[in-house]
Amino acid sequence: MNGIHDMGGMQDMGPVEYEKNEPVFHAAWEARVFAMMLAAGAWRKWNLDAFRHTREVLPPADYLRLSYYEQWLLGLRDLLVRRGLVTAAELENGAPAPGTAKATPPLTADKVPATLPTRIHANRDIPMSPRFQVGQRVRARNINPLGHTRLPRYARGKFGTIDRDHGVFVFPDTNAHFLGENPQHVYSVCFPARELWGASAAEKDCVYVDMWDDYLDPA
Amino acid sequence: MSITRRDFLNAATATAGAAMTPGLSDAHPDEHDHEHQAEPSDPTLRVKALESLLVEKGLVDRAALDALVDTYEHKIGPRNGARVVARAWADPVYKQRLLADANDAMADFGYLSKQGDRMVVVENTPTVHNLIVCTLCSCYPWAVLGLPPVWYKSAPYRSRAVIDPRGVVREFGLELDQNVELHVWDSTAELRYMVLPERPAGTEQLNEDELAALVTRDAMVGVARVAPPSGGKR
Repeated sequence: MNGIHDMGGMQDMGPVEYEKNEPVFHAAWEARVFAMMLAAGAWRKWNLDAFRHTREVLPPADYLRLSYYEQWLLGLRDLLVRRGLVTAAELENGAPAPGTAKATPPLTADKVPATLPTRIHANRDIPMSPRFQVGQRVRARNINPLGHTRLPRYARGKFGTIDRDHGVFVFPDTNAHFLGENPQHVYSVCFPARELWGASAAEKDCVYVDMWDDYLDPA
Repeated sequence: MSITRRDFLNAATATAGAAMTPGLSDAHPDEHDHEHQAEPSDPTLRVKALESLLVEKGLVDRAALDALVDTYEHKIGPRNGARVVARAWADPVYKQRLLADANDAMADFGYLSKQGDRMVVVENTPTVHNLIVCTLCSCYPWAVLGLPPVWYKSAPYRSRAVIDPRGVVREFGLELDQNVELHVWDSTAELRYMVLPERPAGTEQLNEDELAALVTRDAMVGVARVAPPSGGKR
């Protein structure tokens, strides 16, 4: 989706605002939203791609206006209802529907440290032939899907070179919509800055973009 | 892949609907004419209400929430990454392992598992400088740097880090020579990147702990260099 989230290459967003000695969370509620997202995510009723997409479909003006954890809260509420863990009525009333059996949380405090290294859970140990080889020249596809994609607009149609093969990962464009994992190789593709931005870019600078097989054509 | 426009609109409507419910910091529009326990507009109360609901339904464990907050507030942060950098500076064999397979090398510290989520470390040299960004959202190497600062997730950084990286690092006070190649890593997939900064001069006598104390979060994102020890010889 060509949304406001896909902002690589946009200009005039203002200076980077740096906060010295920034706290991890700026309010207690931010920390609780953060923790609830991870703990509820342990049900594996959704995936990280689906969560990202909840932010991407926010109306653009809201996306820019809402703080990061406000976006998370909206995304969490959306996923809880859409994936059947909570009903809209329960959210509104703030209480479980009468007669609901109490579930057993999959993530308990003792399990927290062990779960963190596989929190993302997107790499797949599946033997698959890569479509491209390191050093190969490729062109990023020009696609404009209405759903989730991780192929940023600024790289579409551009020529680059396969720098490294990271192995097999789930494919976000389908995974975000619960249409299957569609696992495939992911590569770091090196795009010269001048290929992306024209002659004013520094000659030897480049941008590495991680790309799935389905984002690339041989060039 | 076949995302239909209807799929997309359904998803968009569902989420936009959520966005249209009372804004988190706006006053609650009193549009309901029937009596019920309306959701509070204040984010603190609203989040409390959600937490109570999830705990009551047995969907989340309150102690697990506390543990998660404590982990990211106190246990996992840039000090993790700094220890990795210091060891790479002190031990050339470790450095090669780190650059070849960051998961394997970081497993030494217990920060990552060999089979878990993937990390990549990219090395700054006198001729190459690396910069990490996630233009599409906020991907960041939690395991070694903790949660990202607000500026990293902000529109100004995400938008310009790829088109004007030299201008962006200049705002952080880092002027890169024209002869230095700038490599920007846009974290579009489930790889998490960290920069191995250059070891500053005048640190030959320092041990690993002393080296780690010099390493900053900003240097491991690539918006700064590691400064020599204050008062030390340049």
